[in-house]
Amino acid sequence: MDNSYYDPKDLKKFGNITEWQPKLGEKFFDYYGEVFKEGALTAREKSLIALAVSHAVHCPYCIDAYTSDSLKKGADEEQMMEAIHVAAAIKSGAVLVHGVQMMNKADDITM
Amino acid sequence: MKSEVNTVNNNISSLAQAKPLASPAVQIDFLNSDDLIKFETKLESSALYPLVSSDIDIFQVNLGKMCNQVCKHCHVDAGPDRKEIMTKETMQLCLDALDSCNISTVDLTGGAPEMNPNFRWFIEELSQRGKHIIVRCNLTIILANNKYHDLPDFFAKHKVEVVSSLPHFSAKRTDSQRGKGVFEKSIEALQMLNAIGYGKADSELRLNLVYNPSGAFLPDDQKGLENEFKRRLKNNFDIDFNELFAITNLPISRFLEYLVDTEKYEDYMQELIDAYNPEAAKGVMCRNTISIGWDGFLYDCDFNQMLDLKVNTASQHIRDFNAEDLHSREIIVNQHCFGCTAGSGSSCGGTTT
Ligand code: SF4
Ligand code: SF4
Repeated sequence: MDNSYYDPKDLKKFGNITEWQPKLGEKFFDYYGEVFKEGALTAREKSLIALAVSHAVHCPYCIDAYTSDSLKKGADEEQMMEAIHVAAAIKSGAVLVHGVQMMNKADDITM
Repeated sequence: MKSEVNTVNNNISSLAQAKPLASPAVQIDFLNSDDLIKFETKLESSALYPLVSSDIDIFQVNLGKMCNQVCKHCHVDAGPDRKEIMTKETMQLCLDALDSCNISTVDLTGGAPEMNPNFRWFIEELSQRGKHIIVRCNLTIILANNKYHDLPDFFAKHKVEVVSSLPHFSAKRTDSQRGKGVFEKSIEALQMLNAIGYGKADSELRLNLVYNPSGAFLPDDQKGLENEFKRRLKNNFDIDFNELFAITNLPISRFLEYLVDTEKYEDYMQELIDAYNPEAAKGVMCRNTISIGWDGFLYDCDFNQMLDLKVNTASQHIRDFNAEDLHSREIIVNQHCFGCTAGSGSSCGGTTT
């Protein structure tokens, strides 16, 4: 074992998770593949959504994978940065909207 | 991270910089110096070895290595310092060859083919013979000098199909591959072509764009990219074009140097090998193309030309051209061929499947 939790080479081994539980692993990868197919959303749009979500969930593997994939699918730098701003806006919005809860609680417990 | 090792001088060819990989022999040695699976073995596994040509549909002439640009990925190692250009005598031999057979499409490439002083004469001769003419125009040449400004009209007069590289609709990505300021000039040139009817839906003047990845990755779905290019170029610059050809970068010449300098060579080759597609292998362009070098020698394709891999026939020069002889010839393949057979395949006309 390396003394680091993340190794870029592990991304290529993602498929190996089926080894310990083939049925669920295969179902997951089938589903995953299906999700990213061209549909009502284009494959490029899905890739940009995935890129934004990767940042929101702080997954370095996904950031690697969907940076490459977005570039491959023809997205440009501006689109990619806008996508992660969407993630950032939702994340910060989600923090701040709880400010209302804080205000309600404070109102409740003070005179 | 961008490698500091990559000391590409953006103004001159690798040959002028005396880079080792500028030599075709060194490239071939390098491509065969690892233990990756051989292209021949892959062809064998899909019952395609030896790879044999069929009828020649496309007569592709490389008018020379001189170019006003020095793109980082160029497989020709072209540039302003390259002096190898086709003479009028060799062009005449090409016309004689065309008169001896019934090949209908002539594809002119370079370098910047327009920089050859006999370029217009050659096109006029081809036009008189009723050939379908394709010119691989880098766009910026149209604005490079006053003497080229009327090229769009000249192309239109001879109904030339214009095929132009535009690796991206973003200036940053285009300029990083093709040089500073190339995007802006390319857009202006495309607008000039559009203004006289090129690329318009109701016009017979065809304008196709070439997309090639601006990095060490394979092109994605050609149609998806075409739709996005159409949308963005129309919205941002009011530009129309007919088709987008997605072309894979082959691991030779300056693109090979880039792969080596940035330590991406092995991963890229493995990606090409993993994406080997037998259907794409069946449709490789060398099966219906003959490529003529600036000095009149014959090759299976423009890539083999740059690697100095001449055709496998007794007559290897345009002066001895014989379409019968070239039919059913065994094509010379090597590791770079994996670039033509990956994914949906790649040729001068885009995907092959
Ligand atoms: S890729 Fe084309 S335009 Fe660029 S340097 Fe090579 S020949 Fe010239
Ligand atoms: S590189 Fe040339 S010879 Fe090799 S497969 Fe491609 S077109 Fe054919």
